[in-house]
Amino acid sequence: MSPAAEPARATASAEDRFEYVLRLGDTSLIAAQRLGALLGHGPALEEDLAIGNIALDLLGQARLLLALAGRIEGRGRDEDALAFLRDAGQFRNMALAEQPDGDFAETIVRQCLLDAWQLETYESLAGSRDRELADIAEKAVKECRYHWRFSAGWLVRLGDGTTESHTRVRAALEKLWRFTDELLSADALDARMAVSGIGPAPALIRERWETRVSAALAEAKLERPAQRHYPWHGKRGVHTEHLGHLLAEMQFLPRAYPGVSW
Amino acid sequence: MYTQALDAPQTPSAPTDEDERLERFQARIDADEKIEPKDWMPEAYRQTLIRQIAQHAHSEIVGMLPEGNWITRAPSLRRKAVLIAKVQDEGGHGMYLYSAAETLGVARGELVAQLLIGRAKYSSIFNYPTLTWADIGTIGWLVDGAAIMNQIPLCRCSYGPYARAMVRICKEESFHQRQGYELMLTLARGSAEQRAMAQDALNRWWWPSLMMFGPSDTDSVHTAQSMRWKIKRFTNDELRQRFIDATVPQAEYLGLTVPDPELRFDAAAGHYVHGPIDWSEFHAVLKGDGPCNRERLAARRSAHEAGRWVREAAAAYAEKHAGSARAAQAG
Ligand SMILES: [Fe+2]
Ligand SMILES: [Fe+2]
Repeated sequence: MSPAAEPARATASAEDRFEYVLRLGDTSLIAAQRLGALLGHGPALEEDLAIGNIALDLLGQARLLLALAGRIEGRGRDEDALAFLRDAGQFRNMALAEQPDGDFAETIVRQCLLDAWQLETYESLAGSRDRELADIAEKAVKECRYHWRFSAGWLVRLGDGTTESHTRVRAALEKLWRFTDELLSADALDARMAVSGIGPAPALIRERWETRVSAALAEAKLERPAQRHYPWHGKRGVHTEHLGHLLAEMQFLPRAYPGVSW
Repeated sequence: MYTQALDAPQTPSAPTDEDERLERFQARIDADEKIEPKDWMPEAYRQTLIRQIAQHAHSEIVGMLPEGNWITRAPSLRRKAVLIAKVQDEGGHGMYLYSAAETLGVARGELVAQLLIGRAKYSSIFNYPTLTWADIGTIGWLVDGAAIMNQIPLCRCSYGPYARAMVRICKEESFHQRQGYELMLTLARGSAEQRAMAQDALNRWWWPSLMMFGPSDTDSVHTAQSMRWKIKRFTNDELRQRFIDATVPQAEYLGLTVPDPELRFDAAAGHYVHGPIDWSEFHAVLKGDGPCNRERLAARRSAHEAGRWVREAAAAYAEKHAGSARAAQAG
């Protein structure tokens, strides 16, 4: 059921909406930044081109969402001010998105777990009461379907490929699974957004994500890792050590030459 | 891989004599007919094309590296998107070109292997480093600009698949050139530091860009035969001159100084006259002693090695899949 179909609801504050849109926009931006770094270094030319496409889609989503966040905030910050002039503690991306690329298996597992979440989230957000957000989600959901096909397709090939690929993808899954709980566990803000009809119902996202990911894992002949309950709160600005380095590199030019246009 | 001589149909009208075949081949070229993969062609023509197309394909792929170097540091989200799209386009160019080479009976894997062992050439320009953000604009403006000068005539190349690939590639290259120039214009109209960045980049890329057209006609080994075969339509020096004539006014419009104290406009000839090119630098870079030759090749090798288990997994999966499909059919 789409959130818009629910009756009687509270109105969300601008602060809540700003924070919520940043969660989505920052997650796309940081994932795009990770993938962009891989261009030209992929296992084959075809994968390079696909990863470039996905990075471009995610970056496009991030630009629309950050621009929307800036408008909601109403303090004159545009997409670039938000991307380049905030420190790590002000970023609201899911901690999974900032995890570095070790081997191709880690890239695929990170993207796969994230793609499933984005796909279900945007599918639901396409019915959001917030028209601007719904429009962005409607475009994003088509892109996320393609991203999922790519990452889940590779998850299966790696899981059911050679002994080496199976070992590698299993290790990547063990390493990154602990960041999935943050995607699926609603905090107070997620709950308020759901109640106001802007955000999706968290239980629905969890259920659909579980179904989708479980099916892919089964086809990949991979076991679901045990959940480890360390509470990551990237979406509330508490990140892993990796984000600071990512931002130092990403933000270097606007920081070194403040106030000019590029 | 096939040999043309064995594949050629033995009909009564087929020429029996090698000279007659060559003559007919040349007549087709002279009549501006396109040569297609199944047509008879002299072995030297085929080898020349394979060498040139492979070199071009490798250049696209290696060329992803110096620009890819700035994707994570692009100073705005729009610039980042434009740069990712550009680097991705270059990868696409590499793909079309490898496919064009494959129509001549050589596999992409074989060509890539030659690149990785250091036996194949690629454009020396990509052995220069990208040190500042202005290098990204300069590469689009000058390097894509020089590539267009080289490649527009190739859209009329006698070999069909190569000519058709070039039509598509040239459209994208001219887009890259305009984007690069627009980036330079933003820097040139920006702060004193941005202007200095733009000038520094022009200083470093100008001469290497001129060298992209290859040695002077007097020293070029392949030009005459390639011109006769319409694989090449203008000489290195002619193309270089066109590039200079088009680019110097663009530099002036940006308010930048071309780093050639001897550069002057010869009004009578209607051309710019440039100072001597340091060919010793060109030959050093060509031999592997440029600033980034080792790094570029190392990056390609490391991507290839790191991707080996991935390609093996995909092959194993495809094999299992095909196997179970066969088993299902048999049962
Ligand atoms: Fe290209
Ligand atoms: Fe280009």
